[in-house]
Amino acid sequence: MAGGDGAGKGSPGRGHGTGGCVAAVELVGVEKHYGSVQAVRGVDLRIEPGEVVAFLGPNGAGKTTTMDLVLGLAAPTRGQVSVFGMPPREAVRRGLVSAVLQSGGLLKDLTVAETVAYTARLFPSGRAPEEVLERAGIAAIAGRLVGKCSGGEQQRLRFAMALLPDPKLLLLDEPTQGMDVEGRRSFWAAIRQDTAAGRTVVFATHYLEEADSYADRVVLVRRGRIVADGTAAEVKALAAGRTVRATLAEPDVATLRVLPGVDRVEVRGSTVLVHGTDSDAVARYLLTRTPAKDLEITALGLEEAFVALTGDDQEALGTGEGRRRR
Amino acid sequence: MSGSPQLPGASTASLDPQARSVPPLGGFSPGLVAIELRRLLRNRRTVIFTLVVPVLFFLLFGLNSAYATNRVGDGNESAFIMISMALYGAVLATASGGAMVSVERLQGWSRQLRITPLQPVAYIAIKMATSLALGLLAVVAVFAVGVLTHKPAMPLGTWLASGMALWLGSLLFAAFGLFVGYLLPSENVMQIIGFSLMLFSFGGGLFIPLSQFSHPLRVLATFTPLYGLNQLVHYPLVQGGFHWSWVANLVVWLVLFVAGAAWRFRKDTARV
Repeated sequence: MAGGDGAGKGSPGRGHGTGGCVAAVELVGVEKHYGSVQAVRGVDLRIEPGEVVAFLGPNGAGKTTTMDLVLGLAAPTRGQVSVFGMPPREAVRRGLVSAVLQSGGLLKDLTVAETVAYTARLFPSGRAPEEVLERAGIAAIAGRLVGKCSGGEQQRLRFAMALLPDPKLLLLDEPTQGMDVEGRRSFWAAIRQDTAAGRTVVFATHYLEEADSYADRVVLVRRGRIVADGTAAEVKALAAGRTVRATLAEPDVATLRVLPGVDRVEVRGSTVLVHGTDSDAVARYLLTRTPAKDLEITALGLEEAFVALTGDDQEALGTGEGRRRR
Repeated sequence: MSGSPQLPGASTASLDPQARSVPPLGGFSPGLVAIELRRLLRNRRTVIFTLVVPVLFFLLFGLNSAYATNRVGDGNESAFIMISMALYGAVLATASGGAMVSVERLQGWSRQLRITPLQPVAYIAIKMATSLALGLLAVVAVFAVGVLTHKPAMPLGTWLASGMALWLGSLLFAAFGLFVGYLLPSENVMQIIGFSLMLFSFGGGLFIPLSQFSHPLRVLATFTPLYGLNQLVHYPLVQGGFHWSWVANLVVWLVLFVAGAAWRFRKDTARV
């Protein structure tokens, strides 16, 4: 499931490698370093047009940096980024991609209507300002100064601005940060209404339930790497299983794969890692039918897995580390 | 995969690059300048310092009956002081316009603009045009009050020539504002600019005639950024005794400010 060979498994609808169709987003071997800080450490990702993808991970996982790379706000240290087959800046220039960035990005001394009018002038073939104000639910406060708007209203304004170019790809960086439950619900209702038209949406969040409710596909990122990629259900299943680890020189991978409940088999040197829902069956097989030794079973419950992910707790991450596929 | 129709044909068709137009002039448009100007005028401090204070200075110093009607070149002392104060207002206006970039970077607006088709050079052009518009207002305010007081006297052509010279010349300080605005990303950049311009104004002889300075100070003053411009904008009125050193002063500072602004600007856009 993790950004590699098995990425497409179990989700045929995503159409990996459907030749000829240009990807909405394509990242190939992307790394981004800021001085000695490695914000993104090798990401391969392909997002098809029409997908709604959640970037789920704790703060500092590299979500914002990845979004900056897709928007051309930062250039990758290594690797390639393309948006609809173009360099990100070109896609931005053509209004194919827009974003709701995290906090800031607004002038306090402009009114809501002026802010939208300003941006609208930059997109000659975009939507009308009145239309996006209506869509974002802020038509009633159009005359208000941005500095006097609440956090939720400002977020709606950012959303309105992002709708102006009628983008094919919309990036949302922690879009509901600081909103109350009602604000959150109506914000997503607006997004949903909008994506029904087939827009590609990529949003960053550290709320599991947000990813679960609104995304077709969840990409889990941690410490600048993709650690899992699949439907919300698949990612949940991934987090729900157990991993059996053993020292075994020449494991019979084919046999391991067809054991009950096994979804992933990985060989690292003389170590084999088998992940699945029935760890007992795997352990029994390894101990009775092979010369495996040093057997270890690790489990991480769904909640624990996401606490580990979203809490950025070093120890918990250490536990998670063993489960990660490369 | 809910709500994601797999219609690759449709999605590629709508991706025809020709179907999406890029704004002309890199995004520069008079409408944007109008919004920017409205925004500047909404800032009470900017209005007071660029439009009100120069007028007050003129009313304070330019109408004194002890010297206001003394003859200067083609006109009188009152006209001379009016030009000085209009220059003060104009350079404050253009520097304020340039320095807007500081707050815009601080508030993340520059970053927001980078996810639009607005080209960095067009952004600077908008700032320059906004500065010029506010500078024109500053000049007109001082000149209009001058007319209303009936004190400043000079031929009509001189009003126009010096008005034009100080309006366009003040663009030098739009570059200065940009430079400082890029250099200091802080909320109080305007205080720094206000203070520097006050110093420059004394150095340029806008407030006190340089003849009243001690000799070493007078020599030093001729190297300050407002000296050349101040001499040049008064030339239509004073006439006689043109010095190329004024032009040299203006050109050197223009090169310095533009180079400084360009350097910081490049650094800023390189982050992108």
